[in-house]
Amino acid sequence: MPPPELLRIEAVGRRFAGGVEALRDVALTIGAGDFVALLGPSGCGKSTLLRLIAGLDLPDGGALTWQEGHAPGLGEIGFVFQDATLLPWASTEDNVYLPLRLRGVPRPRAMDDVQAALTRVGLTGFERARPAQLSGGMRMRVSIARALVTRPRLLLMDEPFAALDEFTRHRLQVDLLALWQSLGCTVVFVTHSIYEAAFLAQRIVLMTPRPGRIATELASDLASGPDRRLDPAYAALVAAVTRAMEGALAA
Amino acid sequence: MPYAMPYAPGLFAVAALLLWEAAVRLTGVPSYLVPGPVAIIGAFLADPSTLLLSLLSTLSVTFAALIAAALLGVLLALAIAASRLLAAAIQPWAVVLQVTPIVAIAPLIIVWVGDPFVSLVVCATIVAFFPVFANTAAGLASAPAELVDLFRLYGASRVKTLWLLRLPAALPFFLAGLRISGGLALVGAVVAEFVAGSGGFASGLAYRILEAGYRLQVPRMFAALVLLSLTGIALNLALGALTRVVLRNR
Repeated sequence: MPPPELLRIEAVGRRFAGGVEALRDVALTIGAGDFVALLGPSGCGKSTLLRLIAGLDLPDGGALTWQEGHAPGLGEIGFVFQDATLLPWASTEDNVYLPLRLRGVPRPRAMDDVQAALTRVGLTGFERARPAQLSGGMRMRVSIARALVTRPRLLLMDEPFAALDEFTRHRLQVDLLALWQSLGCTVVFVTHSIYEAAFLAQRIVLMTPRPGRIATELASDLASGPDRRLDPAYAALVAAVTRAMEGALAA
Repeated sequence: MPYAMPYAPGLFAVAALLLWEAAVRLTGVPSYLVPGPVAIIGAFLADPSTLLLSLLSTLSVTFAALIAAALLGVLLALAIAASRLLAAAIQPWAVVLQVTPIVAIAPLIIVWVGDPFVSLVVCATIVAFFPVFANTAAGLASAPAELVDLFRLYGASRVKTLWLLRLPAALPFFLAGLRISGGLALVGAVVAEFVAGSGGFASGLAYRILEAGYRLQVPRMFAALVLLSLTGIALNLALGALTRVVLRNR
């Protein structure tokens, strides 16, 4: 049985003021609890689509329809950018507290949630550190903790690991997969890495550039767990995604 | 000798002063043309209280102007950050204020304002205003677009976005502007004092320089000048220290 629908995107288009058509006729359904990867080359509108889902931008045409009674309220969407985008003057703790602070939650009442989020990303002991004192990978963990602190139902991630070195990226991918499995939230993950999409996602949505359109979608049935990368099925999936990508770009 | 580095400016100053004194003595130039360091120190010690009181007067104008420039600069920067219409309306005039030579408008200001202290402060404020205003405005606009988006995502009000994001992001810019404005406030105070002083209003070190010039007391002129330079250096160092203290955790 497919999971209940969280969001239905129908015939969505977006053209920017300069005349660039970022998205055309995009249709996608996201189920509750899905891990969806939006995969495509730079400029295919995948980030634009993410911003539309977050409500940071509005489509010119088409509709985004949330499941009856489940339109996300404030704090029910977490967003992780390519850069950690932390407040450089604030400690780890205060950076993670920010979303709750913006909602008006007093500091003492928020600290349990902040601690829990920091524990989830493996950052206990770094509460007082400033972003400048942390490594790139740790800064990204803070950014993920900040997105998780409001217990969002939907986590939107825009190439979060693209700027990290490969070892750090691997570890964060493994940890993100474990987080998703334990939290049961919905993740939409934008990436331009076939390997990353194949490792993380249940559903890999391929997009083609200018104007951005959905070319095809592949399903993954890899066994759960961090050893996926060694599974021959993973190699087969990477090959299938690569073939689909080449086909989509040639078309 | 890298360990001599911190002493280099002091050693250079001592060497230059010794050379200066030696040159004055060897050539026998009269002190009303070029006084040596010893004559200058002598002129200061002959009447320290008048010079120090004048310094106090110049300093009070400088600080009042710096505070006024900081308040005005921040307020106007906030105004142009809040509204594009205000930005379009204000920004060109701020530039006009910056490029107008203060010597040219100081006489008018002194006549219009009437009160001598206030008119000096107004002149110095005009000179000191622009850097702190322009830097703060740039700082308020410097918050990364992604963070602004994040604040929107969590439904932050404009006031909260200003307080938790834009103002802290602007702080280093503001402090850098304040440091430049500090030196300019002193320059502005001195220029205004010169204009006011030639109109007979006695105050500040600039007036002492003018007065000593009329009386051909050149060593005393130099003594006042040295006091002004030292004040400028102290002001710059103090604002630099303030910046380091405020930003120590960044």
